[in-house]
Amino acid sequence: MVNKRSSPWLPLFQERCVALVVWLAVGLVTTLFLWLVSEIVLQGIGVVSWEFILSAPQNAGRDGGIGPMLVATALIVGVCLGVSVPLGLGTAIVLAEYTNENRRLSQWVRRSLDVLAGVPSIVFGLFGHAFFCLFLGLGFSLLSGGMTLACMVLPLLIRSTEESLRAIPREYRLSAAALGLSRWTTVTRLLIPLALPGFAAGLILGVGRAMAETAALLFTSGYVDRFPTSLLDSGRALSVHIWDLAMNVPGGNSHAYASALVLVGLLFAINLTSSFIADQWKKHALT
Amino acid sequence: MLMRRTERSKRTILWLCVCGLISGMSIGCPVSLCAAEALTGKLVITGSSTMAPLVAEMGKRFESRHPAVRIDVQTGGSSRGIADIRFGLADIGMVSRSLHVHERDLYETPIAYDGVTIILHQTNPVHSLTNDQIVAIYTGAIRNWRAVGGKDAPITVLTKAEGRGTLELFLRYFGLKSREIRAHVVIGDNEQGVKTVAGNPHAIGYVSIGTAQYDAERGVAVKLLPIQGIAPTMENVRRGVFPLMRPLMLVTNGVPEGLPRRFIDFARSSEVTDLVLNQYFVPLSE
Amino acid sequence: MFSINTLSPSRSDYLLATVLRLCAVLSGVVLLLVVVFLVQEAFPALRHVGLVRLFTDDSWHPTEGLYNLLPMLWGTMLVTIGAVSLAAPLAILSAMFCQFYAPVSLARWYRRLIELLAGIPSVVYGFWGLVVLVPMIGNLHPPGPSLLAGMVVLAIMILPTIALLMEASLAAVPQEYLHGALALGLRRWTMIRNIVLPAARSGLFASAVLGVGRALGETMAVLMVCGNVVQIPHSVFAPVRTLTANIALEIAYAFGTHRSALFASGILLLLIVLGIVVVADAVKPRWTYGE
Repeated sequence: MVNKRSSPWLPLFQERCVALVVWLAVGLVTTLFLWLVSEIVLQGIGVVSWEFILSAPQNAGRDGGIGPMLVATALIVGVCLGVSVPLGLGTAIVLAEYTNENRRLSQWVRRSLDVLAGVPSIVFGLFGHAFFCLFLGLGFSLLSGGMTLACMVLPLLIRSTEESLRAIPREYRLSAAALGLSRWTTVTRLLIPLALPGFAAGLILGVGRAMAETAALLFTSGYVDRFPTSLLDSGRALSVHIWDLAMNVPGGNSHAYASALVLVGLLFAINLTSSFIADQWKKHALT
Repeated sequence: MLMRRTERSKRTILWLCVCGLISGMSIGCPVSLCAAEALTGKLVITGSSTMAPLVAEMGKRFESRHPAVRIDVQTGGSSRGIADIRFGLADIGMVSRSLHVHERDLYETPIAYDGVTIILHQTNPVHSLTNDQIVAIYTGAIRNWRAVGGKDAPITVLTKAEGRGTLELFLRYFGLKSREIRAHVVIGDNEQGVKTVAGNPHAIGYVSIGTAQYDAERGVAVKLLPIQGIAPTMENVRRGVFPLMRPLMLVTNGVPEGLPRRFIDFARSSEVTDLVLNQYFVPLSE
Repeated sequence: MFSINTLSPSRSDYLLATVLRLCAVLSGVVLLLVVVFLVQEAFPALRHVGLVRLFTDDSWHPTEGLYNLLPMLWGTMLVTIGAVSLAAPLAILSAMFCQFYAPVSLARWYRRLIELLAGIPSVVYGFWGLVVLVPMIGNLHPPGPSLLAGMVVLAIMILPTIALLMEASLAAVPQEYLHGALALGLRRWTMIRNIVLPAARSGLFASAVLGVGRALGETMAVLMVCGNVVQIPHSVFAPVRTLTANIALEIAYAFGTHRSALFASGILLLLIVLGIVVVADAVKPRWTYGE
């Protein structure tokens, strides 16, 4: 019984073991998560209030709030997405639908994108400083910061969207063509909705990286903590503010935790909204 | 409940729209600088991360006195400030160390003073170290706390990253070269040093007195050691008797005139003494 | 007219094709610019110091004219390899959990949790590492800030990224395959092992590669927990400095040849990523299901 490979209980045993390992891994991840988040929440919750969210910082950030940082962060992320989403989506569709996967050129493009998706954010920061701030003369500004982040997020967005476009079985496209659907209809009504999970994952990761980015923004959007009045103003992103409070301002801990709590809460809200919208779109587009 | 929430989100959306509109509009009309009697213009100040929070606060107060002036403070390190004023990227540089020989052509104005001292974990039984002992620890000749009267435990040596004003001051005072230092941890900013020492009972480091004192007073597990028997207090820095101290300086390319001049004078005046004290530095005069 | 590329000759389709191609070209130009600028900035160091000295100098002391990047290269590679080998198995299990093991509602909440985790700024991970993890490791084996601390913090940080992408590629496996497997009466793990994982291989692999990229590129968290001593580590408890932490620590004040050498280390990072991608591409075709 035992030495027979096809015995009925061995696969079952294996099945149980794998399930156990999966649940253990998930338990571990959840524990770590709770540990981290409880730290942020417990230390930060006492400071957070509407006052804190809306007002300007005082005394190097030990007092006052984070209003200007929120506005600056929103503008930076807005510029970043405004540039990277259309470019990224368009490029991904071209790569997945209009080029032959096995052609040498498209292989090279794909390879370069993988390389660029792996380039450290701080290197993009160096580029952004040298190109947007100095070469284009935009100086330390929200525009420089946003475009630097757009360069950083673009390869990530293209690759994740392209991967999920590619994962759509070829038969779908052939059926669409056989039905006489135009390319436009095929792309907007069939392929994009089907690729949406991948696109949404890429987008969420991109927004997450953009909002959490510290190193690249320090050299491009700068350190000024007043309410920005134009995209050409320098503005301190929330993450830069957290870093400054944690590493440079003695006694900045509680405000650093509070700012981190706000940032994490904001990201959670964005995730909820984006996956809700993605669900709605998918339902709507496929029916 | 639900109604109120949607109300609120509507208001937020409206607010964001307004922000977007404002920012869109002001791109259309670039800021023009007019040479009227009242002070106008934009001042870019870059440099030392130690000084940036202080100067940013000074800038805000200056702006409130002269509403047509804008002061943008960027951080990055002392040498960055020097590079930026040389290339004309900044009007004023912030420098938290004395100028090197090849930087002597620049014009420096101190606005405050800062001391640097040795810090240990609070539970460390060692209460004082001689300069020779400190040098021996930092060059790796002494590796265990037992050799200087402490517990039998290996010493964790913290040092600052190369190029930091604090490191240069430390090296010069103890006559060391950065290559000779045998460190276990290399840190960037002061607060990182305090946090690292507070998390390691056998660590030794050196940071700005202001930072260390602020944290120690608020229950962070670090203690400050005297240097050559002189207590590391703001008072001793102010009297100029503490051996490891440095000026915090605003540096310009040539003698400053106009707006930079006005701002530097303001930064030295008694109007900002409270700001200097708030950031735990020592003002020029009481 | 009826070649594979233009199955339907409608006018809006040509417009679509043009706009999309324009996007692609623009993306290409932007990304090419990044590389061109990096090389241009790094050029002075390559000319004055030379490629050989970047690996053979006595040490890294830019203020004394010594520019050896090798210890930092070791630091980066060891931290990255450690982090990915800790995170990737957990990420696969996590993705499997969401797709096949958890009840639908639980999976949704767990996914939210992972997304939230992916959004926590690296500064916060670094801060957590500095105040919680480093003292723990310090008690175990001083000094505390170490290669191990970097590995663990990075593993926790890249885990959500990899897990999300891996789940997306598991989700992209056509339902028909699963229905077929269920119709055959395959058990869950049998189905996952023999059908889902092979079908999703290319996506899983790409996710892991992206994870490697993130681990390589992380700056602030590593800076806070790794100790930043320029040396080739002799154990996991020894402090290290990575290439990215080095850039972050020094770019603020660097200028001239020193600044240029930091750009050169940026290009070195780019080359490492290039190497990984080339290896990944060489491995992938053999793995792809059904070819």
